[in-house]
Amino acid sequence: MTQSAIQRAQRAKGDLHTETQVLSMGPSHPATHGTVKIILEIDGEEIVEMDVQVGYLHRGFEKECESGTWYQAIPYTDRLNYNSAILANLAFCMAVEKLLGCEIPRRGIWVRTLASELSRMGDHLTRLGAACLELGAMTPFLYGIEARELCWDLQEMLCGARVTSNYIRIGGIQRDVTPGFIERLHASLVRIEVLLADFDKVVTSNRIFVDRFRNTGMLPLEKLISYGVTGPMLRAAGVPLDLRKAEPYLAYDEIDFDVPIGTTGDNYDRFLVCQEELVQSIRIMRQCVPVLEKTVGEAVNVVDPRVRWPGKERVFGRMEELIQLFKGVTEGIKVPVGEAYAAVESPNGELGFYVVSDGTGKPYKVRCRPPSFTNVAPMREMLVGGMLADIVPTFDMINMIGGECDR
Amino acid sequence: MGAADELVARVCTLVGADVVDSHTHVGDATVLVPVDRAREVLQRLRDDPGLAFNLLVDLTAVDYLGREPRFEIVYHLASLDLVPPAGEPCRIRHRLRVKAGVTEKRCEADSVCALWDAANWFEREVYDLYGVVFRGHPDLRRILLYDEFEGHPLRKDYPKERRQPLIGPRN
Repeated sequence: MTQSAIQRAQRAKGDLHTETQVLSMGPSHPATHGTVKIILEIDGEEIVEMDVQVGYLHRGFEKECESGTWYQAIPYTDRLNYNSAILANLAFCMAVEKLLGCEIPRRGIWVRTLASELSRMGDHLTRLGAACLELGAMTPFLYGIEARELCWDLQEMLCGARVTSNYIRIGGIQRDVTPGFIERLHASLVRIEVLLADFDKVVTSNRIFVDRFRNTGMLPLEKLISYGVTGPMLRAAGVPLDLRKAEPYLAYDEIDFDVPIGTTGDNYDRFLVCQEELVQSIRIMRQCVPVLEKTVGEAVNVVDPRVRWPGKERVFGRMEELIQLFKGVTEGIKVPVGEAYAAVESPNGELGFYVVSDGTGKPYKVRCRPPSFTNVAPMREMLVGGMLADIVPTFDMINMIGGECDR
Repeated sequence: MGAADELVARVCTLVGADVVDSHTHVGDATVLVPVDRAREVLQRLRDDPGLAFNLLVDLTAVDYLGREPRFEIVYHLASLDLVPPAGEPCRIRHRLRVKAGVTEKRCEADSVCALWDAANWFEREVYDLYGVVFRGHPDLRRILLYDEFEGHPLRKDYPKERRQPLIGPRN
């Protein structure tokens, strides 16, 4: 910045030629883990103007949801933020459940809470690991990815899929935790803690890393609020907004955890906030375990064939249940007429769903309020006037996920 | 009286003259205002010290084909308590949904970009997918789709299978 100030002064005197250069970055760039095109106007290494163009992963999520049943929309929500699919499943199902007015059994709520945190960890680990990789540091990325693998293995034990989970269902979950899950969870969390400590040692106080992250990508607090930025980006700027505390859903009001905040809101603070949130997620998961152990064998789904059709073991033995399954699958569940909005705290911020039902088996409108979209919008203001090298760290900490931003 | 009813009552005291309809379904407070008054109402909701809707959470539209007015612009607002007691997390004081009907003939609304920066991209998206024009928007162009795209895909009369003309590479 100092150098560019000198350049500006020289330019004002007419010492340097003032031609700027237009550079096109993306849409597929090795140093961005999101599909975005940035048209840059640069003067030397200083960014004079930039236009952020999103939409490269647009595949008509909302249109597609309108043509299937309510249940058929859930796998599409997996593909929004594919790093934390469970949270997108959850937000959608919570909005629909709001319209249906159904109460999930206690065990179901705690399994959902645990699954949410598992999902959040996977996302944060990707963000932190990829940020290092994109700045040229391969080793910390491998620590992060090893820890993420452990999260994904656990997720696989839960629902059979590592990434696109399709785990949360309207009125419950796909199935209860499998035998051996809790033991595996304990072992994995211990290993993840070791990996996080190693990651911390390699990265957090590394001079090269700190220099690139500190004092970059900042935006005044009023601007962040005006842009509707939420999640770690807002918390890094010192606002302790976390929907898990602000509007407690699931079992979060019974769980003890902290909301880490930063002071300056630069990329370094964002990084530290995410790091601490991983620690808090582990803390939350450990608090879920005793409840799950106490409630073994209890129901996880609502008992109402109009919402959550009966399990296969009953379907294959009884006529009534077979009919209920058939009707549920072919016609879809009937959601009462109305509209509802529900939101969860996703790794990027407030992930909300606004659903409108006309009373038929298909959604009339499914709107996803994507945190990535609102977080990428202020990128231009964060970076204009800064250096070309600030783009990658800032973009990493915004953690734009194309699937969610472009839908 | 639930919190949502109370909120609707407070909103009606402030901008009651503009509220066409209101309801509190499943705990969500909703008010319907005329589209030409929407910007003014939203500004008053934002600036009122008691309500203080400082966050534009979401802005979208819904196409009610066959109904008049055909479209509805939906604003989701939230009031964020920015100065919580020391050591406490932030609270969201209240949330409100503001809706405004837009006819197919006069498919336009006033931009609220000057009130919240978040509206800039949201309005571009609604323009892109529904074809609603926002008056006074500083940079109204498609955002998710490309310039040559024909039609607005989230309209109910846009068939899902419709093919688009191929465009060559651009330089």
